[in-house]
Amino acid sequence: MANPIIEFKNISKKYDDTPVLKKIDFEIESGKFYTLLGPSGSGKTTILRMIAGFEDPTSGEILFEGKRIDLTPANKRPINTIFQDYALFPHLNVSQNIAFGLELKKMSKTDIQAKVAESLRMVQLSGYENREIDALSGGQKQRIAIARAIANEPKVLLLDEPLSALDHKLRKEMQVELRALQQRLGITFIFVTHDQEEALALSDQIFVMNDGRILQSGTPVDIYDEPINHFVADFIGESNIVPGTMTADYLVHFDHKDFECVDAGMRPNEPVEIVIRPEDLDITSADKGKMQVTVDSQLFRGVDYQITGHDADDHEWTINSIHQTTVGAQVGLVFDPEDIHIMRFGEDEETFDARLDSYEE
Amino acid sequence: MEMQKKSFFMVPYLAWIALFVVAPMALILYQSLFDITGHFTFSNYTSYLESTTYLKMTFNSIWYAFLITFFTLLISYPTAYLLNRLKNKRLWLLLIILPTWINLLLKTYAFIGLFSQNGSVNDFLRFVGAGSHQILFTDFSFIFVASYIEIPFMILPIFNSLDEINPSLINASRDLGASAWQTFKRVIVPLTMPGVKSGFQAVFIPSLSLFMITRLIGGNRVITLGTAIEEHFLVTQNWGMGSTIGVILIIAMFVVMFLTRERKSKGGQSR
Ligand SMILES: Nc1ncnc2c1ncn2[C@@H]1O[C@H](COP(=O)(O)OP(=O)(O)OP(=O)(O)O)[C@@H](O)[C@H]1O
Ligand SMILES: [Mg+2]
Repeated sequence: MANPIIEFKNISKKYDDTPVLKKIDFEIESGKFYTLLGPSGSGKTTILRMIAGFEDPTSGEILFEGKRIDLTPANKRPINTIFQDYALFPHLNVSQNIAFGLELKKMSKTDIQAKVAESLRMVQLSGYENREIDALSGGQKQRIAIARAIANEPKVLLLDEPLSALDHKLRKEMQVELRALQQRLGITFIFVTHDQEEALALSDQIFVMNDGRILQSGTPVDIYDEPINHFVADFIGESNIVPGTMTADYLVHFDHKDFECVDAGMRPNEPVEIVIRPEDLDITSADKGKMQVTVDSQLFRGVDYQITGHDADDHEWTINSIHQTTVGAQVGLVFDPEDIHIMRFGEDEETFDARLDSYEE
Repeated sequence: MEMQKKSFFMVPYLAWIALFVVAPMALILYQSLFDITGHFTFSNYTSYLESTTYLKMTFNSIWYAFLITFFTLLISYPTAYLLNRLKNKRLWLLLIILPTWINLLLKTYAFIGLFSQNGSVNDFLRFVGAGSHQILFTDFSFIFVASYIEIPFMILPIFNSLDEINPSLINASRDLGASAWQTFKRVIVPLTMPGVKSGFQAVFIPSLSLFMITRLIGGNRVITLGTAIEEHFLVTQNWGMGSTIGVILIIAMFVVMFLTRERKSKGGQSR
C-alpha cells in the first residue's frame, strides 16, 4: 500500500465501560472513496467522530500522514465533516456559511468571494449566495453543507449518512454527484452508511462493521462475491446461505450431493456454509436441475420475478429469474461452480485472505 | 367554518386584551389630560417637558434600569452557560428559579436585615476588622438588590436559547477550524441573541418603574419614574401628572420593545 493518509492502530473505545469499538485497525489511502458499512450501533459514527476529533480513543493511536493526530484538537485537523443533519448555521446565509472556515483562515475578502462562488458552482447552486438557510430545501441544504466543507480544501472529507434524509430519487442523484465530485477533487472521502446498495455503488473500498469490529474490508466486488461470513453475506445483498461440508478441495457437499466448486484450503469434511446469490440461480425443469426445490411464492418486481422455494431439507431458497413459474410446482435449479461461495465458521479476515492467496492464481 | 372556529377561540384573548391592556392604557391617557382641578389641559405634558426635575428623573430611571440590566446580564449569561453544561441542568435551573416564588416584599425586607448597620454583612465586616459601613440606602445596595431580584428572569430565556442550540452546530464550527473562543463568538452568542433580547425586555422594562426597592433599599435617594408615579397618586393626589408619567413610561416600554424586537438579519426571508 502507498503511504496511508489515515491509520487506526489498535483503537478501542469505551463509554462507561461499555466497549463500542474493539481493537480497530485499518489504513486509508489518499484519494479514494471509502465506506464504513454496518448496522445501527456498530460504531461507524464513533470512528468518524474520532477522525474528526470530537471523540478520543480509549486506547490506541490514530495517525495522519504518518504522524499522531489523536491529540490534535478538531479545529487543527485538515479534515472536514458533512453532518447528518447538515449543521448549517441558521444565523448566517449561504455565502456566510461557506465563508465561515475561510474567514477563520484570514483569507482576503476577494479570495473568499471567489472561493464561495467556486464551491457553489461545484454543487450546482450558483447564485444562491444570499439565500437564508431556512429558505433551502433538504437537497439544497445537503449541497451547501458539501460546498462549505470543500471550500476549506480538506485532505479528508467525512460524510456521516449524508443522504439518509433525502427521498429515493434525490438520493440516487446525489450518489452520482458525490462520486463524481470525489473523483474530480481527488479528496479522500470516508462515507458512512447502513445502506449496502449505496456502499456498493459509491465506494473504492468498503469496511463492513458489526458490533464494534471491522469484519471485512475490500472492494465492493470482493465483498459481494466473497463474503467472509454469514453476517457479511447476509448484510451485503440478498443471499441463500445453507449449511454443508467440504468433502475435499473444490468439492462441497450439500442437499445430499457433492457439487463442484472453486474454493479450497479447508480440512476434509469441515462443516461450512454455502452462499449462492439469487441472481446466480436459474430455473429449469426438475429433472434437468442440479437440485430441486418446491416453489412457495412468486413476486413480480418489474425487471424479474423473485421466487422463493424450499428444498428437501426445508432450507429456503430465493431465486431471481426472468422466467415465470407456478407456485407449488417442483423446479430444478442450475448454477455454475464459480457461483458457489464457501464460508468457514469463525474465520477472521487475515486467515481468509491467506487461504484465498494460497490457491488462487 | 375554520375561520369562525378560530375567531371563537380568540374571544377570551381579545376580552383579556381589551379589559386589562387597552382599557387601562386608555384610562391613563385620559387621566393625563386633566389637571388637578379636573380641567381638560395639555399642561401636564408641557410641565413635564419643561421641568428639569422630571427630565432628570426620567434620565435616572433609564440609567439605573440600564445599570441593573447590565449587571444582571453580566452575571446571568455565564451562569446560564455553565448551567447548560451541567448534568442535571433542569434541576439546577429550578433551584435558581425557586426564589422568584417568594414574595418580593419578603426578599426586600430580608436584604434590609442583611445590609443594615446591625445586619449580618456589617457583623462580618466588623469581625474581619474592616469596620462597619453604610450599605443600605446607597446606589450600590439598590442596584445589587434589584439585580438579585431580576436575575432569574434573565437566566431563564438565555438558558433556553442555549439549550436549543443544536450540538452539531458547535461541532461544525470546530470542524471548520474555529477555536472554542471563536465558536463562542461566532456561533453561540449570535444564536443566543433572541434569549438575551427577551431577558433584556424582561428586566429593563420592569426596572424602569421600580418603586418599592428604591424606597426600602435605595432610601429614596434614587427617584425613578415609578417612585414619582406612586408619589403623585398616593401623596400629592395629582392623578393627572401621575398618569402623564405613566404615559411616558408606556412609551419608553414600546421603544425598548421596538429596539429589541426579533429581526431576521438580512435577505428579507421571513421565518
Ligand atoms: N456518547 C455516548 N455515550 C454512550 N454510548 C454511546 C455514545 N455515543 C455512542 N454510543 C454507543 O456506541 C455505539 C456505537 O454508536 P455509533 O453512533 O458509532 O453507531 P453507528 O454505527 O453510527 O449507528 P447508526 O447507524 O445508528 O448511526 C452504540 O451502541 C451507541 O449506543
Ligand atoms: Mg451513526
